[in-house]
Amino acid sequence: MNHTRPDDIDTSDLVLDVRTLPTFAFSHRSLMWWSTTGLMLIEGTVFAIAVIMYFYLRTRAPAWPMAADAPGLLWGSLNTAVLIASLWPNQLAKNAAERGERRKAAIWLVVCLVASLAFLVIRGFEFASLNVSWYANAYGSVVWLLLGLHTTHLITDTIDTAVLTVLLFTGPFEGKRLVDVSENALYWYFVVLTWLPIYAVIYWAARL
Amino acid sequence: MSNEPNAPSLVDGPHASPEVRAALAATWSDPPGFIGMLCAVNHKTIARRFIVTTFVFFLLAGLLALVMRAQLARADQRLIGPNLYNELFTMHGTTMMFLFAVPVMQAVATFLVPLMIGARSIAFPRVNAYAYWVFLFGGLLLFASLAVNTAPNAGWFSYVPLAGPDYSPNKGADIWAQMITFTELSGLLEAVVLITTIFKLRAPGMSLNRMPLFVWATLVTQFMVIFAMPAVMLCSTALILDRLVGTHFYNPAKGGDVLLWQHLFWFFGHPEVYLIFIPPLGFISSIIPTFARRPMFGYPAMVLSLIATAFLAFGLWVHHMFATNIPELGKSFFTAASLMIAIPSAIQIFCWIGTLWTGKLNLRVPLLFVLAFFFILVMGGMTGIMVASVPLDLQVHDTYFVVAHLHYVLLGGAVFPLFGAFYYWFPKFAGRMLGERLGKWQFWLFFIGFNVTFFPMHLLGLEGMPRRVWTYPHGLGWDAMNMTATIGAYVIALSVLLFIVNVVQSARSQVPARADPWGAGTLEWSVPSPPPPHNFDAIPVVHGRDPLWEPSAQPRFVAGLAADAREVLVTSVLDAQPDHRPLFPRPSIWPFVSAVATTVLFIGSIYTPWAIVWASLPVAVAMILWFWPSRSENRVALEREQSP
Repeated sequence: MNHTRPDDIDTSDLVLDVRTLPTFAFSHRSLMWWSTTGLMLIEGTVFAIAVIMYFYLRTRAPAWPMAADAPGLLWGSLNTAVLIASLWPNQLAKNAAERGERRKAAIWLVVCLVASLAFLVIRGFEFASLNVSWYANAYGSVVWLLLGLHTTHLITDTIDTAVLTVLLFTGPFEGKRLVDVSENALYWYFVVLTWLPIYAVIYWAARL
Repeated sequence: MSNEPNAPSLVDGPHASPEVRAALAATWSDPPGFIGMLCAVNHKTIARRFIVTTFVFFLLAGLLALVMRAQLARADQRLIGPNLYNELFTMHGTTMMFLFAVPVMQAVATFLVPLMIGARSIAFPRVNAYAYWVFLFGGLLLFASLAVNTAPNAGWFSYVPLAGPDYSPNKGADIWAQMITFTELSGLLEAVVLITTIFKLRAPGMSLNRMPLFVWATLVTQFMVIFAMPAVMLCSTALILDRLVGTHFYNPAKGGDVLLWQHLFWFFGHPEVYLIFIPPLGFISSIIPTFARRPMFGYPAMVLSLIATAFLAFGLWVHHMFATNIPELGKSFFTAASLMIAIPSAIQIFCWIGTLWTGKLNLRVPLLFVLAFFFILVMGGMTGIMVASVPLDLQVHDTYFVVAHLHYVLLGGAVFPLFGAFYYWFPKFAGRMLGERLGKWQFWLFFIGFNVTFFPMHLLGLEGMPRRVWTYPHGLGWDAMNMTATIGAYVIALSVLLFIVNVVQSARSQVPARADPWGAGTLEWSVPSPPPPHNFDAIPVVHGRDPLWEPSAQPRFVAGLAADAREVLVTSVLDAQPDHRPLFPRPSIWPFVSAVATTVLFIGSIYTPWAIVWASLPVAVAMILWFWPSRSENRVALEREQSP
């Protein structure tokens, strides 16, 4: 522990002086990383259990999808492309934040928000092309549950990102907001990457 | 607070001047007044409220049990009707499990963990406050439903199809499902708060292998919360969707499946038993070394056993479903897993016995409760081995044998150690000692009352008395044992009453407790009873597992954290090396307002699905205002900012 120095008041006691430590830090050093990770574990578990529900109900069904066509591929596949593409401005925002470039981070967040506007609109078309309603049968219920759960994440992540972007432009600003941008980017990765198995289940498991 | 930009900042350290101590206390205090009360974020303030709230729910659920026992005291009794009886056992189980046993453990942890690891605060103090308010409002919703006579009545695990739209047409099952949403939201947030606190806010030098065992138990439990609670949130959400918007998750006529409910519920429900049971293992591992007056024997084995128990707990859920049509091979697997959990439990019991055997016993009330735990939990464990085997389980399924088993495990495993913990840490909670004489009376009445109540239930179950019956005819040979059980229940009530008398007496007493009345070894005993708002005048540097029992090594304290701002020391995960010193948020009204908005959303959704849409707007607004930094906070932060 290299912060040790003799105490001014009582020379018989050594103390651990922490005055020179930084006031914020990135990645797993920060508390925000741990809370974001905790939320990702919780929500990842929710997604995993919802996928298990899908396959459990499928084992009980004589035919799958039940009395419906498989969902149309166009909008879901397009949205997958948009979501994956949004990882690029997302990573650039993260890089800018970790280099301490507030303005650049803010601009890349704006690009992320444009992408989120696109995927939210396309998500509307996805619901319309599921070819089943939630009240038709258990297949419809679980497909709507999966898509609904993921859409909730898209909406909340969009709102989070929008608030953070406004804060970067208007202030009051301090260094730890750069950590927030970095953790926001981590969560964005989570929302995009969890989509891939859900996409596979909704659109392709129904075709197997 | 003196936040003038030009004033030289006050910093903490050992031998701090009275001025620095006063500044620390003022910085970390909650604001005065009624509004200040709603803004409070100090972890001790919130935890005290949380503990008292859960204890009130414990008393209410206990009163419901007394009514049930009065009804069952004699055959053909007509004290209450069958529907009210259904509501009573549903409310009793639901309250005890969701509003008392799980949250009380988190509540105690949010009080003790920062003190045990040498921190000034819990991580995310505002989230902690929000989680408390959400929990409180969820509990109030459940009891409000009983008051207006629409309480849930389908049992504490709310099985479908009974709880589905066809067989439970009133609002009770919806209220049950949303109560789950409230309490599990609160529990999950507390899990994130506690994990972050334990990993990142430990005093320098408190590497993972020096953490007190209670902190280990809390850490393991919170990871279990993270993986278990999502299952129950999802299955109760699916239930309410079936009931409100016509989905068919549990409707076999439309491809749904009722056993899906049981799988999802027990995938949560069995780990839940360990959410209730593992924190008390931590209480016991704190109490035994203190009263055996020696360090804990077998620390690494204890930690590994806790972790093993947590893993095994997720492989047991099907043993609640042996009476369903799942494959026989599957049942054998779950029997084996259920028996296997005896191994880590036994390792811990042997380590405790080893510690007691080689120590010098100080037979005070906390230790009495722990010794009773051994007796009762071993009994409950034995019947657990019995019901883990399929043929025996089929014989006693849905009888009073199961009621006896689960009360032996839950009261023996959780409530006895919890009372021990109340006696042990009461000086930290309240600054006073609880009376020893009254404590012994309470203990013996509780121990005897408990066995008189629940032991006959084993026999009642073997004689075929089913659970959840509101009355029974003469001549089945059940009368005497039921009367005995009822008498025992009132003895337990008397014992709990004595506890309350003891608390009131000690609260009115003028004798303050000393900092370390028991001669214990962990950090919470190094600060006054009750601790000041900032917990530690100077953050200790830790050199061993029982810092107060070991010769002091240098350096002993941290110096240089701000006394006039909420600055905390963050350390590294494994070795607790000092890393950085962020500012923590001040008290705020927004967690409370957000919790109110969340409550409107959850309760509104019971009546119209559109509430999910319109009521999420105030939630979003309140949370954005919660997050938005104030100019004055920002100024303080910028003054002391140092980039990594």
